[in-house]
Amino acid sequence: MWADLFTGSVLVGLLSSGIRLATPYLYAAIGETFGQRSGVLNLGVDGIMLMGAFSGFYVVFLTGNLWLGLLLAIIVGAIMGLAMAFISVTLNAEQGISGIGVYLFGLGMSDLLFQKLVNNVETVRGFQPLHIPLLSDIPVIGEIFFQQNILVYGAYLMVPIAWFVINKTTFGLKMRAVGENPEAADTLGVSVAKVRYLTVTFGGIMSGIAGASLSIALLNVFQQNLTNGLGFIAIALVYFGGWRPGWVLIGSLLFSMVNSLQVWVQVIGIEIPSDIAVMMPYLLTIVVLVISAQRVRQPKALSKAYERMD
Amino acid sequence: MKRVLKLFVLVMLASLLLSACGGAQEAQTTSDGPFKVAVVMPSAVNDLAFSQSMFEALTQIKNEMGAENFDFVYSDNMFVVDDAAAAIRDYASQGYNLIIAHGSQYGASLKEIAPDFPKTSFAWGTAGDTFDIPNIFAYEAYSQEGGYVNGVMAAALSQSGTIGVVGPIEVGDAKLYVDGFIAGAKATKPDITVNVNYIGSFSDVALASEAAQTHAGAGADVLTGSAQMVVGAIGVAEERGILWFGTQADQSSLAPSIVVASQVYDWTVVVDDMIALIKEGTLGGKAYVVTLENEGLLIVFNDGYDLSADVKTLAENTIAGLKDGSIKTGVGE
Repeated sequence: MWADLFTGSVLVGLLSSGIRLATPYLYAAIGETFGQRSGVLNLGVDGIMLMGAFSGFYVVFLTGNLWLGLLLAIIVGAIMGLAMAFISVTLNAEQGISGIGVYLFGLGMSDLLFQKLVNNVETVRGFQPLHIPLLSDIPVIGEIFFQQNILVYGAYLMVPIAWFVINKTTFGLKMRAVGENPEAADTLGVSVAKVRYLTVTFGGIMSGIAGASLSIALLNVFQQNLTNGLGFIAIALVYFGGWRPGWVLIGSLLFSMVNSLQVWVQVIGIEIPSDIAVMMPYLLTIVVLVISAQRVRQPKALSKAYERMD
Repeated sequence: MKRVLKLFVLVMLASLLLSACGGAQEAQTTSDGPFKVAVVMPSAVNDLAFSQSMFEALTQIKNEMGAENFDFVYSDNMFVVDDAAAAIRDYASQGYNLIIAHGSQYGASLKEIAPDFPKTSFAWGTAGDTFDIPNIFAYEAYSQEGGYVNGVMAAALSQSGTIGVVGPIEVGDAKLYVDGFIAGAKATKPDITVNVNYIGSFSDVALASEAAQTHAGAGADVLTGSAQMVVGAIGVAEERGILWFGTQADQSSLAPSIVVASQVYDWTVVVDDMIALIKEGTLGGKAYVVTLENEGLLIVFNDGYDLSADVKTLAENTIAGLKDGSIKTGVGE
């Protein structure tokens, strides 16, 4: 039975499905990494994703224009991110609580809009798998890596970009400074508020895209609570990755691969109770999280509001 | 202090707004008005699955009896059992004639609440247990019957010899449906492969979609599945041109080209009978089962799909056999 797992077609299916599944986690977790590196914990990711997912879906449902849908998801994500920044940076509200507020708002609002505007489960034609000349035709490798839709590629492209911005640019330096020691950064003339507004809004945009990657690229459908708590897993993956994009990528891939493995294990009829199988990705994540927790230190000012002493 | 005040005003405004929106669900208590039903459901009324089946039954009854004789209100998306329990209690204290807790997870709450409101009738499902409480009805679906019929057709239509099942959690009517489906498929073609996958959730659309991809990768050319998260799987089936069999509600609107047939729960038989009993003064104590025979279960063929005549005949003969007892599913009961 177990040997059935190691046949070519199963491995190809497993890997390409893991790569696809990781997409929304990656967008959301990379975005959240920016916010957290600057000291803002945004627990509202899942709510922003839902709003992004619905708005992208609705535009495509009405117009059929995928890029317009993606654009609206980005705009809505940015607005939600701005709102989170306003609450946590300008109003200095407790970040954990306000994030939950943003989540609940997104959860309820996306459902309300869905009920009022669409009122039925509908499908749309989303982003189709791209055919890249030559690359897509390579046996095995082509099937795994080069027959995905453009939003999947975008997610993986974000990883080196995020690494570069965080580690190699002035803005990245400011962001890290604000996240470690906002008082010192402030004395050096870095505007803590401005940096945090930018990172949290960027996080919102990425969450919006994460939602759209579900509703108009991977699933092509919207339903109430479409994300099903995926945004919270993304936040866990940021911790898992130790606030470094490369490790966030590894975490997302690991979680998704194990998830697709447990699906395959059941499909090819290996006798494991389904309840045990579905626990596997979560168990693994917890175990790795416990081990990696000792490895890196979180940004010192994470989840602390910054109030200037005048 | 000023900030606290501001916050307070905001909260007041928000709650005003919310209560204004929720006003439509209020009802007055009168003894000789319409028969009033309140229903609490775990997912959305338009989930193309379990909740929708009850919503459609109540809508149909309302159309038949007329708004002056029958009225119903609902709370949907009550996945959190605690919230549902609070809603049930609220409805009970507002004097509804019948309160339906549409979800097997609500049983324990009902057992606690019903004795406090002896003049109100309660119903819950899918379940077969009234807890011997005189004002509780129970209802369940022999979904294995429709599963069996779908399985028979699926096996007849499969070219590859592999069929995939996307299940939610291995309990209740979902498990009955899946087991019935397998039995039907095996009865038609003993050597057919039925791959079953329970994704561990009623709502994880992304994983349901990935499960369908996996089935396709494993060679399945016919799929089925149960619960509201299957919309993800149906999307994949449509994209890949894989046939789909639905259950709980008619799912052909979602992918008209590939949905062959759906088993539909028609709860009107149950609710009609409960209404009649309540009007006579019996508030509970009866456990209902919807079956193909009492037409609480229906197989709805999709007009948009061109089903070959011999497979349709096969399905109709199977339905007739299950009705008169000459065919047994061998599942449940």
